Amino acid sequence: MTDGGGHGAVADGGARGAGDLTEAILSVEGVSVRLSGREILHDVSFAVAPGEFTGLIGSNGAGKTTLLRVILGLQSANVGRVLLDGRPRSHRNPLIGYVPQKFQLDPDMPLRARDLVGLGIDAHRLGIPLPSRARRARVEEMLRAVDAERFADERVGLLSGGEQQRVLIAHALIARPKLLLLDEPLANLDLRAGQEVVALLARIAAEQRIAVLISAHEMNALLPAMNRIVYIAGGRAASGTTAEVVRADVLSELYGSHVDVLNVHGRVLVVAGAGDDSDRSQIGRHGHDVMVPGTEIVS
Amino acid sequence: MSAAVHGALGALLSPVIEPGFFAAEDVRVAIAVGAVVAIVSGTVGVFTVLRGQSFAGEALGDLNTTGGSAAYLVGVGPLWGFVAAGVVAAAAMELIGVQRPRGRDLATGIVLGTGLGLAALLLYLVTTLRNITGATVTILFGSVFAVPSSTIPLVVLLGLAVLAIVATLYRPLLLSSVSAEMAAARGVPVRLIGAAYLLALALAVALASLTIGTILSTALLVGPAATALRLSRRPGVAVALAAAIGIAAMWLGELFAYDSFYWPPAGTGWPVSFFVVTMIFLAYLLSGLPALLRRRAGIA
Repeated sequence: MTDGGGHGAVADGGARGAGDLTEAILSVEGVSVRLSGREILHDVSFAVAPGEFTGLIGSNGAGKTTLLRVILGLQSANVGRVLLDGRPRSHRNPLIGYVPQKFQLDPDMPLRARDLVGLGIDAHRLGIPLPSRARRARVEEMLRAVDAERFADERVGLLSGGEQQRVLIAHALIARPKLLLLDEPLANLDLRAGQEVVALLARIAAEQRIAVLISAHEMNALLPAMNRIVYIAGGRAASGTTAEVVRADVLSELYGSHVDVLNVHGRVLVVAGAGDDSDRSQIGRHGHDVMVPGTEIVS
Repeated sequence: MSAAVHGALGALLSPVIEPGFFAAEDVRVAIAVGAVVAIVSGTVGVFTVLRGQSFAGEALGDLNTTGGSAAYLVGVGPLWGFVAAGVVAAAAMELIGVQRPRGRDLATGIVLGTGLGLAALLLYLVTTLRNITGATVTILFGSVFAVPSSTIPLVVLLGLAVLAIVATLYRPLLLSSVSAEMAAARGVPVRLIGAAYLLALALAVALASLTIGTILSTALLVGPAATALRLSRRPGVAVALAAAIGIAAMWLGELFAYDSFYWPPAGTGWPVSFFVVTMIFLAYLLSGLPALLRRRAGIA
């Protein structure tokens, strides 16, 4: 990890100039996290501007969820800091909307989709929400925005994965955040449902000038929508446009071993390249990690 | 109500309602206490089921046995013992780690084992030292007819306190029951909310223990709530429904128990808790009917 600074340069100096960084809604600056003696994140830096759609790409265990938890303030960084709208993040931050990774709701849960969306308005407040016309209208508007009116009165636990994602996105958006974080929202969706969710998020980002940061282990589903990519491997990150980051030299440096980036029928594949024997042993160890971020393993 | 309706109702109910049902004071107390306790249990029960903490509720009930027998030994009302034991047990569970998903059952189990061991000793002491032989059955299985009218103010006060806690916590409690992670991301102090809820649970279970006994208290907590959750799609409606089902089960149980004074074998009346729990169970079975019928109709 001698070249951590170098990655900082890749991250900061990438697509955006200093002008964009000053108006960044989210700046992650040199964040390192150690958990029980293991370094999970090392000197991660990147910035996200309002209205930008950013993909946080990396294999399972690369550190994506930890990074999101640091941004949310649920995990503190050992080194570095996170700025939201130019200020250090405070504990209760209404700027961020969050959609968690695993969402398993009991089908018996007496909660309609519209109830969960309504909870997004003020769930941190004490007391029982008083029904009002303004409240109902706001929920209705949000349900419409994510195209969830059809199943608004169904129990959330009975909805399909894609429908639940829409409801969770509405829940997160109704508090009018400036940054929307989604942890692996496409993980349990089929291809079509995944595309619909991505299109929805891209539209929201563009129309409402909300920055969307979405983690995924597979980048292809996000390629049509992504303005910026933060590629994370082994706890280190490179950021910029996909053209700047998804390149053999940048990713090889990140992985610390040679990888190839292939374009196959418009899909990007990141595969362990043929290097010398020492590289091979490295890749053998991380072989799966290297294969997965680009796409599913092609056989 | 018109006289005609009154007469018809009387004719309909005369086989089950003994004349003078509402005249007896212990019946009136039982009706009042039963209603308050059913409302509180139903309300808290909905969240208990949602949070998957039924086992914690069961353990708190069982541990009330320790408090109840201690109260008998000291010579104060059992409700004081139930409340004290419940609060202490809830605090112990919280400290050991009832909030951690995996620590939940473990913490509950450890506290439960220790407390029940103590209960064995206390019940032995109550029967030998104080020579109260019926104490064990009364503590374990309760009798709402044995509640003295002087307890009503305390019951109402505790009931209001529990309802106030749940009403205050409502939104963050609901969200953290849906997803602790989402709640934490919104800045909800999830652990604090969980601890306050556990206190409400302990008080609700103490009230249930007073009416239908420590062992059976879970039935009143979980049964009406589980039934209501089957029938409702909205949290507020589920709470109201659970309370209503609890009240209905309680009152019907009291009615049957009153009638059973003339039933064989002894002519002393069957345990009221038996009837209450039976009503709760029947309600749960009935609530499954609509889904069953729908499935049948779907097949046909």
